[in-house]
Amino acid sequence: MIAHALTWRRERRVLPGFGLSLGISLTFVSLILLLPLTSLVGQLSQLSWSQYWFLITDPRLLASYGVTLFGAAVAALFNAAFGLLMAWILVRYEFPGKRLVDALMDLPFALPTAVAGITLATLYSSNGWIGRLLEPLGISISYTWIGIALAMAFTSIPFVVRTVQPVLEDLPAEVDEAAMTLGASDSHAFRRVILPYLWPALVTGTGLAFVRSLGEFGAVIFIAGGKPYETEITSLMIFVKLQEYDYAGASAVASIVLATSLALLLAINLWQGRFIKRLHGGRG
Amino acid sequence: MIRIGDAPRVRRLLIGAALVLTALFLLLPLVAIFAQALMSGIDVYWQNLSDDYTLAAIGLTLLVAVITVPVNLVFGVFLAWLVTRFDFPGRRLLQTLIDIPFAVSPVVAGLVYLLLYGRNGWLGGWLDAHDIQIMFAWPGIVLVTLFVTCPFVARELIPLMQAQGSREEEAAVTLGASGWTIFRRVTLPNIRHALLYGVILTNARAVGEFGAVSVVAGAIRGETNTLPLQVEQLYQDYNTVGAFTSASLLALLALLTLAAKAALEWRAARRETAT
Amino acid sequence: MSIRISQIEKTYGYQGRGRTRALEPIDLDIHDGELIGLLGPSGSGKTTLLRIVAGLEQADSGSIHFGDRDVTRVHVRDRRIGFVFQHYALFRHMSVFDNVAFGLTAMPRSQRPSSGEIRSRVMQLLEMVRLQDFAERFPAQLSGGQQQRVSLARALALKPDVLLLDEPFGALDAKVRQELRRWLRHLHEELHFTSLFVTHDQEEALELSDRVVVMSNGRIEQIATPDTLYRQPANRFVFEFLGDVNRIEGDIEKEVLTCGNARVAVPGIENGRQELLLRPHEVCLDEQPSTRAHLPVSVTAVVPVGAEVRLELEADWLGEPWLATISHADFERLAITRGKRLFAQPSRLHRFDTSRPQTLAPLSAS
Repeated sequence: MIAHALTWRRERRVLPGFGLSLGISLTFVSLILLLPLTSLVGQLSQLSWSQYWFLITDPRLLASYGVTLFGAAVAALFNAAFGLLMAWILVRYEFPGKRLVDALMDLPFALPTAVAGITLATLYSSNGWIGRLLEPLGISISYTWIGIALAMAFTSIPFVVRTVQPVLEDLPAEVDEAAMTLGASDSHAFRRVILPYLWPALVTGTGLAFVRSLGEFGAVIFIAGGKPYETEITSLMIFVKLQEYDYAGASAVASIVLATSLALLLAINLWQGRFIKRLHGGRG
Repeated sequence: MIRIGDAPRVRRLLIGAALVLTALFLLLPLVAIFAQALMSGIDVYWQNLSDDYTLAAIGLTLLVAVITVPVNLVFGVFLAWLVTRFDFPGRRLLQTLIDIPFAVSPVVAGLVYLLLYGRNGWLGGWLDAHDIQIMFAWPGIVLVTLFVTCPFVARELIPLMQAQGSREEEAAVTLGASGWTIFRRVTLPNIRHALLYGVILTNARAVGEFGAVSVVAGAIRGETNTLPLQVEQLYQDYNTVGAFTSASLLALLALLTLAAKAALEWRAARRETAT
Repeated sequence: MSIRISQIEKTYGYQGRGRTRALEPIDLDIHDGELIGLLGPSGSGKTTLLRIVAGLEQADSGSIHFGDRDVTRVHVRDRRIGFVFQHYALFRHMSVFDNVAFGLTAMPRSQRPSSGEIRSRVMQLLEMVRLQDFAERFPAQLSGGQQQRVSLARALALKPDVLLLDEPFGALDAKVRQELRRWLRHLHEELHFTSLFVTHDQEEALELSDRVVVMSNGRIEQIATPDTLYRQPANRFVFEFLGDVNRIEGDIEKEVLTCGNARVAVPGIENGRQELLLRPHEVCLDEQPSTRAHLPVSVTAVVPVGAEVRLELEADWLGEPWLATISHADFERLAITRGKRLFAQPSRLHRFDTSRPQTLAPLSAS
């Protein structure tokens, strides 16, 4: 038996380096990722359920959940439309400056969030380049939910573009052609044929943009202003509690943020798996 | 070939809308950074740049990048090798764990480190007794930066190495090559673009991280301020020009990152058409 | 609905740089209800021509008429064609039913049939392609042959004026291909749509088509019924493309071709150096040379295939080996084994190097 197990091992692992890479990976993951995360669990275990419930249902905090969720939802929906448009023109059309536009799509990932934050806050403040134009119309963006959604949208632009783009590139010309030979108009073919092909990528990208927006901090705080009950996002609440040395409160809120993000990520992965299975011939 | 949406009217409308939105949402902020930084002239810009606190912030930021990037490079390569070349129980779990930093708000990342190493934290007492300072000092900044940037290299390598499979490496084994030789002569040439791209992303994030670092840095001017923290502090002090001066450095780095990425993609595309 | 293709021309690429001529000016008339096969090697322009007829590509010049209707500038979606793609191009996120119904549901509201009418029409089509039980399945759950039948039903749903098929059976394995071919032939006899299909498989073209259009290098080499095509190929290209070919080259003097120690009488041929061609089934074998032919060969390979036996023949006087197909009866009579030495007897010889193709007097095997 043992001899058998040993030969099996040797057969399976033809390539060298299993022990070394396993050791390094596990050490790193344990020290850098897991150990700090368990400290959060440790901190929370010192709280009773009622204390925990009290901390996470503070009215000011509840308001921040609403602000954060709403802002992230608006940002994600904006990005779904904008990202789809950008992916479409970058894949389907040729135009001068295309390479530049393509490269610019990654700017929000490359630009530090604090820089994005102060830039957007400055642009949209009442005497900024854009804010100045909007003020006479009675629209203010700084210190409102619009500003929050805008900053969240900015930092998550690449998600939808970069998930939809490769799928659109791989879409065979025959799909377009089949729809056209059957007499479908552009809009009908897009809605009924092309969009369903892009749907998994579009939902995934939008979901990732939403998750990212929920956790965004640096880009949002400057333009949001942090008025309690109105423009305070949940990440900022954690930060504020930490500055007041309220570690228990900060941990309780963090646990909510962490659980929500992980649950959403998991949901996106599961949904994607099921959808793809159906399209590739799982017996249904 | 004729495809859906090829009608000139549709094409012009969509390209026009996309360009206007791109200019408004992406190009305008980029221009604004440099415009604000140079608002009071080039002399003030240089003066702001050579400010002691700014120079200290640049130094600290570089230190963080110089430590984080190589560590995560090594980790990313080993992890990618592990999960794409071997099958073992817990492989999927490991791949999922590595995505956590992407999902977690950076403030939460900072918090968990504070809970671990802070004065009241698990290891805080022991560290205090031995006079080791991690929080509110550069080691803490390096650690949280390691946390938030650890997925980038692995995430670039894993899909590529999975797609390439291990045939070439197995061939090398049959030819008697050692592990290091296999990696250097067979694996590395195939993954070097993805590896470089992963390094570029790691570097961009390491230099620009704000949320997590602001929790553990303690904002001591000239000591624990990285460049993004310096940007924030100057901005809060109503020193807009100063804030944007530091911001312009980070924006410049972002532009270099984009250019490097575009160059890598262009080379990859050219290689693909050549074969 | 007849199709008239006149002076259709197509060039790919930019001016001067990397320009390739996909189609020389092409003329082709297809009668109402005809089933036409476009046959040629890859790069011969056959698919380009089909796609131009469909409206999926634009010709540089020339015109296309469906009956009296000039469709040259008509968009593909308004041409009223049915198109079947090599890789089916089914919409993978739609059920079989929705795929077939797509063209009907895509019609403008004013012309669209009621959902009840759509339902009965689709079910009728699915019955025709014998897939009525698969209406709720998704394409990925069907075999290749079934998918191609759905694709055909989908193309026929709008009652197109013409049906165009681009290598419709190219992606299927041999047995399914055979079955679908026969089935398409029946369908065509029943419904009498005008149809144009592309193939690189000569057997498929000969079996299905009323007339075959052989193309190469963007030109039409011959338009003929399958029978004529095989018996009277217009040129050497057509002759070689339609089957295996054996060659013999030598000097002719007094109606006798000599090549090394081999010679064969060729009545009615002028003196000089000539290359003659013959098909494998036009090679007879015997143990003795005849008065008309002395062509010593030795058998290097024996492959029994179905009703006949394929032999590979070699000799010093041959540049490349010949293929011969003989009956099992002859095979047994001559007791053929590998290495056996025999004498070849051409029953027919073809010559294409003169301006007019020529089949030379058959030589009766003595």
